[in-house]
Amino acid sequence: MARRTMRLNGRDIGSALLTALWFAFLALPFLAVKINPVEQTVTWRWHAIIYVALAAFLLSLGGSLYRQYRKAHLARKSQNDLSSEQSLFGRLWATRKIRLSLLAALTAAAITFPLLFSTYQTNIMITALIYVMLGLGLNIVVGVAGLLDLGYVAFYAVGAYSYALLNLHFGIGFWSALPISALLAAFFGVILGFPVLRLRGDYLAIVTLGFGEIIRLILENWNAFSKGPSGIANIPRPGFFGLDLTLEGAIIYLYYLMLGLVLFTVFVVNRLQNSRIGRAWFALREDEIACQAMGIDKTRTKLTAFALGATWAGMAGVIFAAKTTFVNPASFTFLESAIILCIVVLGGMGSIIGVVLAALLLILLPEYLRPLADYRMLAFGAVLVAMMVFRPQGLVSRVRRTYVPAGKNIPDE
Amino acid sequence: MNRQEGQSTSDRPVLEVMNLTMDFGGIRALDGFCLRLRQGEIAALIGPNGAGKTTFFNCLTGMYLPTRGELQLFRPDGATRRLNGLRPDKITEQGLARTFQNIRLFPRMTVLENVMIGRHCRTRAGVLGAILRGPAARREEKDTVRISSRILEKIGLAGQLNEFAGNLPYGAQRRLEIARALATEPLILLLDEPAAGMNPQETRELDELICRLRDEGLTILLIEHDMKLVMSLSDHIFVMDYGRKIAEGTPAEVRRNPEVIKAYLGEEESFGPA
Ligand SMILES: Nc1ncnc2c1ncn2[C@@H]1O[C@H](COP(=O)(O)OP(=O)(O)O)[C@@H](O)[C@H]1O
Ligand SMILES: [Mg+2]
Repeated sequence: MARRTMRLNGRDIGSALLTALWFAFLALPFLAVKINPVEQTVTWRWHAIIYVALAAFLLSLGGSLYRQYRKAHLARKSQNDLSSEQSLFGRLWATRKIRLSLLAALTAAAITFPLLFSTYQTNIMITALIYVMLGLGLNIVVGVAGLLDLGYVAFYAVGAYSYALLNLHFGIGFWSALPISALLAAFFGVILGFPVLRLRGDYLAIVTLGFGEIIRLILENWNAFSKGPSGIANIPRPGFFGLDLTLEGAIIYLYYLMLGLVLFTVFVVNRLQNSRIGRAWFALREDEIACQAMGIDKTRTKLTAFALGATWAGMAGVIFAAKTTFVNPASFTFLESAIILCIVVLGGMGSIIGVVLAALLLILLPEYLRPLADYRMLAFGAVLVAMMVFRPQGLVSRVRRTYVPAGKNIPDE
Repeated sequence: MNRQEGQSTSDRPVLEVMNLTMDFGGIRALDGFCLRLRQGEIAALIGPNGAGKTTFFNCLTGMYLPTRGELQLFRPDGATRRLNGLRPDKITEQGLARTFQNIRLFPRMTVLENVMIGRHCRTRAGVLGAILRGPAARREEKDTVRISSRILEKIGLAGQLNEFAGNLPYGAQRRLEIARALATEPLILLLDEPAAGMNPQETRELDELICRLRDEGLTILLIEHDMKLVMSLSDHIFVMDYGRKIAEGTPAEVRRNPEVIKAYLGEEESFGPA
């Protein structure tokens, strides 16, 4: 095969110029024109526009180069070998020694975290862990079963409000509310599941999006039921064998609790994925018609996916309510669904490790980007975009489950 | 008869299709189609493109709801099951398994996982079984792996167990579809153009495989355009055109039938020496 050299041709330069022009035009009103309302003068800052154009031009050229490199790179790889698409992380993970030491380090870090860091940091970490749980739950629905759900936050809201309301009216505590809310969320999962059984892709996305908004609007407007926009306050934190904890103690306790719950979630989701039901979910994602022809009950399989996905959101909701001791509908907007979906996509559809990493990254990154002040969200967006350009399949692609049939000795690597 | 009496073919019917009609708006894709399969035979369904063969499979397996008609399955235990209006997965559970004209594997699942999906309707483990992984669930899972890999051995794909199905060559994908269908423990195997796109070597292997499956007692109905394969393989041939059955009989009878020759006018040479 002839060695391809990377070269920029006229078309690349042309499109880069066009990009530069376009950005210069876009930036014109807010970067170039400076109006001083007091002196009633207008200052033109043309140099700013030139910087913008230059940056856009160079970035666009860089993009073209990268695309060429990528094409050449892909062509070099044997074409129909999906399996060699293993990440560096995947290869490292496959080595037993590295895996064990990594796990040990991780465990140590997780356990000592609240002792080493401030309450503020611990609090952020609890939030991140809540999102790990949410990500793992949505992963079942979107990543594994392939059902694009844009209203996942509804189940999170159901969980949070059921604890808040049960506590308000019946004085039910955290530990009883946890399973009840999980069940309620699962029930709502089934309720949502029924009408969307026949829908796929975009249509499913739109209906689930609507469902998420409906739940939020109900919470916002049905004052008698949910106390409306003002929300419900004074939700108790989880009790610790009847002991009264200080605020700091309560947060540390919640951290460990959340850590345990996340481990539990990982354990259960992992087992589900590698089971008869998990396989049916994956098959459903791949080809619904073939799935039915192979004797899989589509209705039941989809409903289980919705219910089991919603369960974790329900539990995460309870923790959220207990952590903030206050819930209101503003916490359950579409943005939340979008972030959780981002976690699943960024992590890699169907990959548990990927989802855990992505949740931590996505929640912690904006926190630690705070020094960038105003540019925080900009940098965050840039990281997301870069991520999707460089690794569209997500951080970690799903580990392929391999089997060794009994009676065969295929050597383990 | 081109095969000796007393071979695995008996006269006991396994499937009876009566007066099957399927309308798509104004188009009548099936028009009073009748068919009867006998236990352990290889039957072929032939006809020009657009005759309604795939539509027939779709009606039979519950993918389409036929406008009219009667579908009956006679199970080995003597029971008669009406298949009309059953969901596709229920029909598969009753013992009809199919392959697709355009391959429909699960491309990003491994070869073995594809076949394990076929075991779904013969296994029970639920959510709790999956989470707790008790002895029963574990045994079932082990059996699923064992049975599936044995089927793959039989089909000749044992070397690619952990390969992604989408990475297999075309002929192997077709065979994998058969393997997946076999995993559902069917009474009747429905093959929609299994030799399409195969090279002569692969077609010969397919011929052998289908004969072997018949000898194990399976009843097979295949749609096929390769006349050489059809003539050498089939015990009984159904010919359809415009959604109607225009002829049926042994390969020799069908080849002589004037109606069939007319339907295939210009394609006679494809009947060539069988
Ligand atoms: N889902 C459908 N909607 C409308 N018309 C269909 C549908 N499926 C098949 N048909 C029509 O039914 C006829 C038979 O098609 P088909 O069964 O695929 O033929 P064959 O498999 O014999 O080549 C064709 O005219 C086709 O256009
Ligand atoms: Mg067809």
